[in-house]
This record gives sequence, C-alpha cells and structure tokens, in this order.
Amino acid sequence: MGTSEMVRLEDLHAGKVLSGRKHVLSILVENRPGVLARVAGLFSRRGFNIDTLAVGPTDDENISRITLTLDGAVHPIDQVTKQLHKLINVLKIRDMEPQGTVAREMALFKVSAAVENRAEIVQFAEIFRAKIVDVSRRALIVEVTGSHDKIGAFESMLRPHGLLEMVRTGEIALARGGD
Amino acid sequence: MRAADAMMKALEAEGVDHIFGIPGGANLPTYDAIVGADLRHVQARHEQAAGHAAEGYAWATGRTGVAFGTSGPGATNLVTAIADAMMDSVPVVFVTGQVRTDLLGTDGFQEADIVGITLPIVKHSMMVTDGAQILEYIHEAFHIASTGRPGPVLVDIPQDLSKQEISYEPPTSGVELPGYRPNLEGNSKQIRIAAKAMANAKRPIIYSGGGVIKANASAELRELCASVGFPVTSTLMGLGAFPADETNWLGMLGMHGTRAANYSMDEADLIIAIGARFDDRITGKLSEFAPNAKFIHIDVDPAEISKNVPAHIPIVGDVGLVLPKLTREYRSLQTDSSRLDGWWSRIKAWQEEYPLTYEPGSEGEVKPQFMIEMMHKVTGGDAIITSDVGQHQMWTAQYYGFNKPRKWINSGGLGTMGYGLPAAIGAKVGCPDEQVVCLSGDGSLIMNIQELATAVNEDIPVKVFLMNNGFMGMVRQWQELFWSGNYSGVDNGPSPDWVKLAEAFGANGLRCDDSADLEEMMQATLDHDGPALLDVRVSPRENCYPMIPAGAAARDMVG
Repeated sequence: MGTSEMVRLEDLHAGKVLSGRKHVLSILVENRPGVLARVAGLFSRRGFNIDTLAVGPTDDENISRITLTLDGAVHPIDQVTKQLHKLINVLKIRDMEPQGTVAREMALFKVSAAVENRAEIVQFAEIFRAKIVDVSRRALIVEVTGSHDKIGAFESMLRPHGLLEMVRTGEIALARGGD
Repeated sequence: MRAADAMMKALEAEGVDHIFGIPGGANLPTYDAIVGADLRHVQARHEQAAGHAAEGYAWATGRTGVAFGTSGPGATNLVTAIADAMMDSVPVVFVTGQVRTDLLGTDGFQEADIVGITLPIVKHSMMVTDGAQILEYIHEAFHIASTGRPGPVLVDIPQDLSKQEISYEPPTSGVELPGYRPNLEGNSKQIRIAAKAMANAKRPIIYSGGGVIKANASAELRELCASVGFPVTSTLMGLGAFPADETNWLGMLGMHGTRAANYSMDEADLIIAIGARFDDRITGKLSEFAPNAKFIHIDVDPAEISKNVPAHIPIVGDVGLVLPKLTREYRSLQTDSSRLDGWWSRIKAWQEEYPLTYEPGSEGEVKPQFMIEMMHKVTGGDAIITSDVGQHQMWTAQYYGFNKPRKWINSGGLGTMGYGLPAAIGAKVGCPDEQVVCLSGDGSLIMNIQELATAVNEDIPVKVFLMNNGFMGMVRQWQELFWSGNYSGVDNGPSPDWVKLAEAFGANGLRCDDSADLEEMMQATLDHDGPALLDVRVSPRENCYPMIPAGAAARDMVG
C-alpha cells in the first residue's frame, strides 16, 4: 500500500471544541456605523453569551477595537472566531493568550460610608490601590483598576458596607512584547 | 450624472442583464434611470417574488441575481427572499430605496430600518450615506455576493442620494476589502493527508452538497469519483452535481433520502463531505450520526468546518480547486480497489432490498410519484425544475433523477413555500432556451400565484405542474404520524379553481384527474406557446417515504 499506510483512520482525531477557560478576544474592526450591532447581533443569534465588552478607538482612526470576554467552557471559541471573521467589517481577531497578555478592567463603586466604617473602606482602597474619587456625607465613590478577578475581590470586600451602585468597564487587553 | 444613472452603468459593468423588482416612492430615481439602461427590468407583482426570481436566475445561470424594492414595505417584503438566499448561499444583490436622509430616523412615510432588520440574514449590507459611495458599494456588493461562499448583499440607498450629482468612473481593478479574503486554494498538506486517509478507507462515502454546484465543480466531482470508485450521495441542494444515472450514485441522503444512502452514512468509516454543511435534515439525531466515521470536510466557508460535526481532516477552499488536487494526490497513491468489494456488496444489497418505490394507484388514480416520473418522461429528464416546499419537493428530489447541475432549483435551507413560481420565472429569463417547469403543491403555489401575471405580461413561458392533493401535505403527514392524526390547519378545501385562475391571469389552464391522460396533458402544457398551468389531482393522502423521523437516527428510517 506504500505511502497510504501513513494515514490510518484510527489515528485521526478531531480537535477539542471546548477549551474550558475564559477567553479574551481582541477584535479590530472598521470604524463604521453599525459594526458593533453586527458583532453583538452575531453573538445573540448564535447563542453566544458575552461576559464583558469594551469598545474604543485605536491609534488608527479608521479602526476600532472591540475587546470581549467569553467562557470557553460553554462556547466553542474556534466557532465564535470563525463566525466573527465572516463579518466583512472585522479585520483581525486575536484570542489573547492568558500568559502573554496584560488585561485590565476599571470599576467605580458607590458605597454607603457612615462615619464609623469610613476608615475601613479607605484602608481596603489602599490595599487594592484604589482611589476615593468622590466623598459626600453618606457615600464614597471608589475607583479601582486591575484584573477582572482583583475587581471581583475588591467588590466582595466592599459589599458588606452597603454597595449602593457599581459600574465596570469590561476588560481591555494588549499582548505583551513587541508585536 | 445622477447617482442613480451612474448605478445603472455600474450594474452594466457588472454584466447585469436582468433586474427583478417593483418601484415605489423611495426608489423613483432608480426607476427613472432604468428606462435608459441597457438591461431588462422584469416587473414582479410582489417584492418577495422579485427576490426569489433573482435567486432562480442566479441558480440557473451561475451569475449574480439582482432585485430592487422600494423603502418600507417594499424592503420588508424582500426579507424572506434575502433570508432564503442566505440559507442557500445564493448570490443576489438586493437594492432598496430608503427615505430621504432628512427623514431618516423620524418614522417617515414608508421608512423601515431594512439594514437593521436584515443584519442577521445577509452576507453583508451597506447603507449609502453619500451619493459618491454608490459606485464603490455596488461593485463591492457584487464581489462579496459572488465570491467565497456566495450570499445576499443589501445596498440601501436614500432617495435624495440617488439624485445626487456624481461623476461616473468605470471600475478599474478588482475590489479589495481588507476584512474579506476568501481562502480558495486549500492546504496542500491537508489534501495529501485526506487522499491517504481515503486510500485506507474500507467503507468510504462521498457526501456532496450545494457547494459543488455553486463552485461549478460538477465535472471535478465526477472526475474524483471515477478515480476513487466510492459511493456518492448528495444533499437536496446538491442534486445534479453527480449524475443520478451513474452506478456509484446512491440517491439523496437525509430525512427523505434513500435507505442505501442513509445506511451507508451510518456504517461508513470515512465520510468525505464536499460543499455540504451537516444540516439537521441530514444528520438526524446528531449524537447517533455516522457513529463509525471519520470526517474529511471540504468547504470554502471555514465556519462550516466542525460547526455541527467535528472534522478530522478539514480543508478550507473552493471545491473546484481542491477536488482536482485531491484526485491527483489519490491517483499518485498505490491503492487496492478490491478493499471496497465488501462495502459495495453490502450497499448493493441495500439498494436491491430498499429501492424507492410506491404502491400503484387504483384505476385512473394519479400517484404523486408517478406524476414526477411522467414529468421526467415528457421533459426528457433535462428540464430546469423549480419546486416549492413540502411533499412534492421531496418526491421530485427522489424520483426525477437529476443528471446535470443547475437543473434543480428549490428552497432547501429556509424551506420557503411560494418560492417555485418566481424562481421559475427568474430561471427562464436567465436561460430562455431551456424548458423550465415549476413543480408545485397547492399549499405552496398560491403563496406567490400573483406571479402568473408577471409571466404573462412579460412573456415568460414558464410551465407549472401543480401536484394538487388539497392539503398542506407535508404538515398533514406529520400530524398523521407524530400528532395522532389531530389535523389542524392543513385542509386547503376546494378553492381556488386553478384552471380558471390561470385563465384569469391570461395563462393556459388544464386539469388532469386521470393517470391515463397525464402524459398527453403534460405534453400539451409544455407545447403551449406561453405560460401554462396543469392542475393534476393526485392521491390526496399519499405520504412521502422513506423518512427519518425528526430527531431520530438514520438507521431508524421508516416507510
């Protein structure tokens, strides 16, 4: 049978569909009206859940960057990126490697801060390198930047003090190194 | 010149010779410009039909179809055709009028956000925001619609912008889009691995789909099959790419496919999927689909690979380019064709035991399957056949025996009733020298029957063979088999009188209720000089078999 013996059917394996971890996709798109709607619509139509989403300009005014996170334990990331690539306005997609990526999120927390627990909140803020950006008689607004997990941890520290409102930006990310 | 006039020049430059559409307020400038253009406008009677006609034209000719509609309801009427073209990967450029830019977003008269409405069902869409963009957008639209995996592209043009003065410039070079570069060649290493896997397969099968027809790769598929000697089956959309009279042909696979095709998929050790997408009508219960098989999947759309069924050897590329390479690689290997003997004898046994068959009717009764066989006889098996959706569609797929590509035009993915007549009009306009027959059902035909007016007024001699059983037959069949015979909304009753209806439109009408007359009346319908309809009264309660019940596995076929 010659060379044909080199591929035996029993040795063929299909790739794994689910990665089981969180993915950060960095998507460069043309800066045109409706592009975000195309991306968001694709996710809802295909039943993909976006965990966080951040959109902003890049160094090129014709190009915007969409950074989104989703759960690779329930979504076939390969299928997600291939569907995204079918959108004509999507230029480049990078599935960010966790080790080679700097990812940050920002959050603002409005906490009820009676005089007796104000000191403790300020102390937490220092530990997390967060900043008090607004002070009123009954509440503080704290700004914190960091990884998704760090912000989650900070939130759980503040929550017992009475979390009035919070807002998170969703993660943004860049690859480490020169490329 | 006005942007609308420049658009006509751009369409002419794209080789457009026919446009299907209906005018309205917002696309008046476009229709003003059509008058002097070097192309024919076919005035449909409903925008949905204009869209399907453009699809039928595209299927029959291999070129890109074009449909026009006005804003608001004109545009929303196109939606079904756009969705249909998306599901079946049909290259059509839809151009809609939009309200003036100063009215946009104000809920103006006949305003609808058609770009927003159609976002999930287009390959791409653009809204013109400056008349100067029109030329660029039209050329991009044709490029995107017709290359890679084909599909519908929508260009929405506000009324005032199509009156804007712009300068016309003919297209100089090809369209370049940074975010759109279909991968056509196929990875040579993957192709080599595929050939080697095929050389080692003992129970292989080729599962071909509509992509082979889109890629005009029928000859390449035949060449491959001649070299490898594997059995071949095809999806509904792929019929005709491989000749039904070849010995390797197993018939269609899937829900109403042959047992030989479905059992072969079930027992195969290697499935070579070519331009097919593992739709649920093919796989049945996914977890029990082809449990013994490894998959080679060749498709121009990378997102189809491993979408439903994980591929072991994916090959992204145009099947017209990949198949010759695969054939060459396979031929260069030493193979032993006797390894397939056992497989072929098993398949032949299935074919002998389970041929497509039906109970003969009583005296004079027209069995629907017989009607298809007779249609094959009177057309010489060589007509372009369009169909609607339901039992008649499945019987045509089973019994007509398509031997050539682009002869079978139907709505597979979306399953759009009302598709057949307008698609026939588009096919006939595109291929005037071919016999074009719409084989329809009484539930489907009435959904776009107004297009008989188009056929008569535009002198488009399409023929309609109506398989009339008085029911929404496929739904009735499902209610009988899976809903305890609790019939609901499926009895069409005695209305209309189809002969009078055809005559009212100015078409010829005939009725046949005796099998002995069928051949003669079909022939008379074909011979009539103009559009003609033959109302054939078939067995009302015949069911379409064999069948894989929805959600069941191939080996559990019934009937």
